[in-house]
Amino acid sequence: MAIQSSPVSRPRGAFWNDAGVRGIVYQIVFVGIVVLVGWYLVSNTLANLHRQNIATGFGFLEREAAFAIGETPIAYSPADTYARAFLVGLINTLEVAALGIVLATILGTMIGVARLSGNWLIRKLTLAYVDTFRNIPLPLQLFFWWAMLRQAAPGPRQAWNLLPDIFVSNRGVVFPVPEYDPVQPWMALALAIGAVLTVLVRRWAKRRQALTGEQFPSGWVGLALILGLPLTVFVAAGMPFALDRPELKGFNFVGGHAISPEFTALLIGLVIYTGAFIAEIVRAGIQAVNWGQSEAAAALGLRQGHAMRLVILPQALRVIVPPVTSQYLNLTKNSSLGVFIGYPELVSIADTTMNQTGQAIEGITIIMAVYLTISLTISAGMNLYNRAVALPER
Amino acid sequence: MTDLTERLPVPEQRPRTPLTGPIAWARANLFSSVPNTIVTLVVVWLVASAVPPVIRWAVLDATWSAATGKDCRSDGACWAFIGEKLRFILFGRFPYDEHWRPLVVVMIFIAMILASCDRRLWSARRLGLMWLTGLAAVGVLMWGGVLGMSYVETDLWNGLPLTLILAVVGMVVAFPLAILLALGRRSRLPAVRALCVAYIEIIRGVPLITVLFMASVMLPLFLPTGVTIDKLLRAQVAFILFSAAYLAENVRGGLQAIPRGQYEAADTLGLSYWQRTRLIVLPQALALVIPPLVNTFIGAFKDTSLVLIIGLFDLLGTANAALTDANWRGFFVEDYLFTAAIYFTFCFFMSRYSQMLEREFNKGRRR
Repeated sequence: MAIQSSPVSRPRGAFWNDAGVRGIVYQIVFVGIVVLVGWYLVSNTLANLHRQNIATGFGFLEREAAFAIGETPIAYSPADTYARAFLVGLINTLEVAALGIVLATILGTMIGVARLSGNWLIRKLTLAYVDTFRNIPLPLQLFFWWAMLRQAAPGPRQAWNLLPDIFVSNRGVVFPVPEYDPVQPWMALALAIGAVLTVLVRRWAKRRQALTGEQFPSGWVGLALILGLPLTVFVAAGMPFALDRPELKGFNFVGGHAISPEFTALLIGLVIYTGAFIAEIVRAGIQAVNWGQSEAAAALGLRQGHAMRLVILPQALRVIVPPVTSQYLNLTKNSSLGVFIGYPELVSIADTTMNQTGQAIEGITIIMAVYLTISLTISAGMNLYNRAVALPER
Repeated sequence: MTDLTERLPVPEQRPRTPLTGPIAWARANLFSSVPNTIVTLVVVWLVASAVPPVIRWAVLDATWSAATGKDCRSDGACWAFIGEKLRFILFGRFPYDEHWRPLVVVMIFIAMILASCDRRLWSARRLGLMWLTGLAAVGVLMWGGVLGMSYVETDLWNGLPLTLILAVVGMVVAFPLAILLALGRRSRLPAVRALCVAYIEIIRGVPLITVLFMASVMLPLFLPTGVTIDKLLRAQVAFILFSAAYLAENVRGGLQAIPRGQYEAADTLGLSYWQRTRLIVLPQALALVIPPLVNTFIGAFKDTSLVLIIGLFDLLGTANAALTDANWRGFFVEDYLFTAAIYFTFCFFMSRYSQMLEREFNKGRRR
């Protein structure tokens, strides 16, 4: 008996009952509403701008900025353009964000591990730190640190001498820096070569261990390469070394490297605030690793250090990395609070520019574009890292 | 057969060290090893050298009442400053004789927050009704103009009531918006999904300060010529738009945690998309995400302090303004400590509450 196969035809109802057709209609209506609202807002804006005689467009960036900036990592004078002022602001933002991320990670990791300490005092003190600083708004903390440095700190003549040659006064913090010497670029080169060699040695040692089971002390060799090569260059050049020390001359310090109270306050605030959040993430990440994993590692005969490095940390990092990434993003976005205490970062430059030129839309567009770019770059970078530390699953 | 225990007489032994009590506790928690003991001693030394000066400053050498700042002792805290500025820090420039109104407003907010924490009262209708009535009462009390109360402009709404209004109204209005955004992000319709993703990611990618700038500078431009918009309303709109994106991500987390079977079962019953969403999906999803929602609320509460940038005087704004009095100069430590204590009280209470909820919700899942 032949099976008769008839072409299956879907029962055709009215076309408005077809889910696909409906979906398309819904989307057209939705997009239509969004476009209409957008058009309405844009036309209002253009009418209002026309009435106020404000020209649109980014032409103003070429004009002379005519305002001074307190901290200029690159050469800048009020005669420069707005574009250059924005660049100064961007570099200031990146500077405080990058340094803040590094320091907050170090602080957060230390506090996070200490939260799990066997010592009751340490446990309670770190808990108090986390609870206190997470529950107070960051702008309030920034105002506090800034007032501490600006008002409570003494003038340069009575500056607090924290460590030899490091002074804190109401003009900021000054500390000594090594003077430039032609051997330094060569030492940097030696450092880079050492780092590359270390990576190569590690790869070779891993492959050899996989083949023969023999271990190679690649950690010590790497350390020797990274520290030893620049040191060799340094010694070979006759150890040229001089410190540029800050000295009190007249009413302020001369020499050394000075950082402003604004930068210091913003950095302290960001690091302490974000560090508290990172600490909780690190603690939760370590606790998330099953206790059985440590026992299994011990049963395999791994020493404690090895167990930590090879078994516990890779699994904890998998839990820790995604939320820490969003903390890095938060820190970068929070650096915009520098505007409150007069640190000339991007938002504060844009604020001044908008007040001077009235180009509010363009100013806000620039800030948003910059922060979106930074956010997307950090999350893309951390996603790559996240993929590297993720445990391979079946 | 002889009993083994008879042949092996076990001498009666007492444990050499006590297993319970304060000494045993100190042994286990403070002096368990040599490094641990060193750490304990160092910490004790640090605390012992830090605490007495603080107590001397805050209590022993403090001035509790003074006519002006010059009468305060220079080596101790000047709590007289807080006494003098208390009402200004809390209520700002709100007409002095009418301060009972913002005070009642603050108490209404605290009562509503406490009531919402009681799980016995958790029902959407009851809580919704309570919050709407409460917010209406807040509006009447702040604006006035009825019941014999004088009319007060929003410019004079300062201090703690402003902080609470911005945070609470922002969350209440942003919440429905956030649910729509989260549903849109999970939608099968690509155009809807793309627009929702773009909105959420753009708002989450930029600092709140830029959204506030946008609301304060661009919102007036968006409106037809001649229509003006109140400064407070602008900040409130910024808060709603900002919170909606963060809340939407919380809600999405809940939506993703609902097993597929629930959707399929709803479809099998012949429920439409909105029936399925309202009756099956959302009740389960929202219950799951209550702890992160509380955390987002804490964030919003702290973030209200940013409105200072567009010239509104919330709690932090009034605290800063209190420092500008020429008769009371230089008491920023007392001022900021006091203000921080207020913020801390609210945030700490809510964060502990969210941790408690999380533990309760996870009870069934933990072994």
